Amino acid sequence: MAGFLARRLLGSVVLAAVAASLAYLLAAAALDPRANYAGRTPQPPPAAVDAQLAALNLNDRTPLFERYLTWAGGVLRGDFGRSVTGSPVGDDLRRRAGVTLRLVLLGLVCGSVLGVAAGAAAAARQYGWFDRLSAGLAYLLLAIPVVVLANVAILGGTWANDHLFGRRVLLVGGERSAGLDAGLWAGLLDRLQHLILPTVTLSLGLIAVFSRYQRNLMLDVLGADYLRTARAKGLSRRRALVRHGLRTALIPVATYFAFVFGTLLTGAAFTEKIFGWHGLGERLISAVFTNDVNTVAAISCLAALAVLCASLAADLLHAALDPRVRAG
Amino acid sequence: MTLSEEEVAGELGPAMAAPPSRGRVLARRFLASRQGRAGAAVLALMFALAFAGPLFSPWSPADKDFTAFLAPPSPRHWFGTLQTGADVYAVTLCGLRRSLIVGLLAALVSTALAALAGAFAGYFGGWTDRVLGWAADLLLALPAFLVLAIMSPLFGAGQWPLFVIVLALFLWMVTAKIVRGMTISLRQREFVRAARYLGVPPVKIIFSHVLPNLSSLLIVDATVNVSAAILAETSLSYFGLGIQPPDVSLGTVIADGSRTAIYAPWTFWFAAGLLVVTVLAVNLAGDALRDAFDPAAKGPR
Repeated sequence: MAGFLARRLLGSVVLAAVAASLAYLLAAAALDPRANYAGRTPQPPPAAVDAQLAALNLNDRTPLFERYLTWAGGVLRGDFGRSVTGSPVGDDLRRRAGVTLRLVLLGLVCGSVLGVAAGAAAAARQYGWFDRLSAGLAYLLLAIPVVVLANVAILGGTWANDHLFGRRVLLVGGERSAGLDAGLWAGLLDRLQHLILPTVTLSLGLIAVFSRYQRNLMLDVLGADYLRTARAKGLSRRRALVRHGLRTALIPVATYFAFVFGTLLTGAAFTEKIFGWHGLGERLISAVFTNDVNTVAAISCLAALAVLCASLAADLLHAALDPRVRAG
Repeated sequence: MTLSEEEVAGELGPAMAAPPSRGRVLARRFLASRQGRAGAAVLALMFALAFAGPLFSPWSPADKDFTAFLAPPSPRHWFGTLQTGADVYAVTLCGLRRSLIVGLLAALVSTALAALAGAFAGYFGGWTDRVLGWAADLLLALPAFLVLAIMSPLFGAGQWPLFVIVLALFLWMVTAKIVRGMTISLRQREFVRAARYLGVPPVKIIFSHVLPNLSSLLIVDATVNVSAAILAETSLSYFGLGIQPPDVSLGTVIADGSRTAIYAPWTFWFAAGLLVVTVLAVNLAGDALRDAFDPAAKGPR
């Protein structure tokens, strides 16, 4: 087991390094930081632009491979370089990682818990009204792209503010109201009000996926012998389902949870951008438009690391939860 | 009870038991399910709307009506107009056409890639297998959205075929792994071994013996990819990272509409609705198709 784990870890590290390098090379080749200076008035002298770009390790006159080596050397020392405006990328991203993490964690927890509950309830009464309803809703949700869902959520929130609450309850735009200074509780409430709509947007899609997944897993488990044994020894249907059925069916869901967590780091980008949250994904989109090679490369690095950590965590979680894997 | 064509043919023809063709069996199974009928009908309607719909409107996507800015739907403008005076009906259908084409092409390319990569990796094994496996793992580790966003400056106006290819590059990995596994087991089957011993070159074996036997998987995969590609394309185009102006796709139309959606709902809902209905129809048709190919695995997964 330890040997397997070590090999797996080594493979993941190599893969992450290659993926991050590839992302840097792609970004450095496709983005053009020099274009940022083209539209300036007065036009800066070319020598000054060159010097500025060279100082940021963005000069396209330096060979690509040389720039890559400088960048990689910095990353190995924990330095992600500086953005096009000259501020260190690392500090900016550290602050943004917190924002993204908050949104993703809450969305993922809401999405998976509600999804698992819905899926389990649907499976317990297969072809009942709830099963049909949740299947239909999940089908519909899976066909709605996030950009549409987020906009519909904003429209719905605005409508609810105007017609249901009569005041602004659901807030859109940023993670908190700018310049609000009203003590701890009011500040927390304000953050909560901003949190609702993005979390709903992020979790609805996840609920659809998790509920379908959980339903099918539950249906597989429901026909198993050990569940009949549990019933035969006198457990009620509900207790047998929850204690023996749900717990077993949760194992693959837990590994899926870890996997989704890794991909959501960038997957939440659309939600962040539309709701104006200053997270990693939002930064990625704006960095592409400002030709910010170092920021793009740093976020790619984090994204590749997150995916690989998540898949590793998924494997470990599976081994920890499923006794059959441990024995084998 | 009606006599189907092959029954008539069977009575008239000299050979009694001509088995019904596989295509016809599939079509009958597909159309027997309500999902399949609904999905196919809606999809046909969408294609008709996208390709024939603009013929019925006097406005082209580039036209601007300077007498009606942000006007609600009316007999003159069926879906209303945008802030620029452009006709929403014309723009939306143009976007729908582009999104459908991009989705179909990306799905075809990615399924072809998956079939080739998986079959070659599975058939040849060894280094081919290892290199293709690494490539797939690498592309799985890099989020597709990230690479597409990085490369977006290259997808300027008129460069959408490049976008299609890059999009397809990120949809093939999982299917390729499945194809690889199935190819390894097909490789041991008698007919493939026989072909090999007869001296048929490996590439020819892959194309005439391996891939045809995986056709059901590949066809279903292609339909699933159509909806994935349409969703990815519209989301990226929404942020200006995919199809870029002056080209129009449903994503760019929805992005324009979302800015005015609160006080001019027609600029947003027609495009968003068409997009959701299209993806829904593709998913329904894909599920029905899978059931038609494999009646044992019935039920949505």
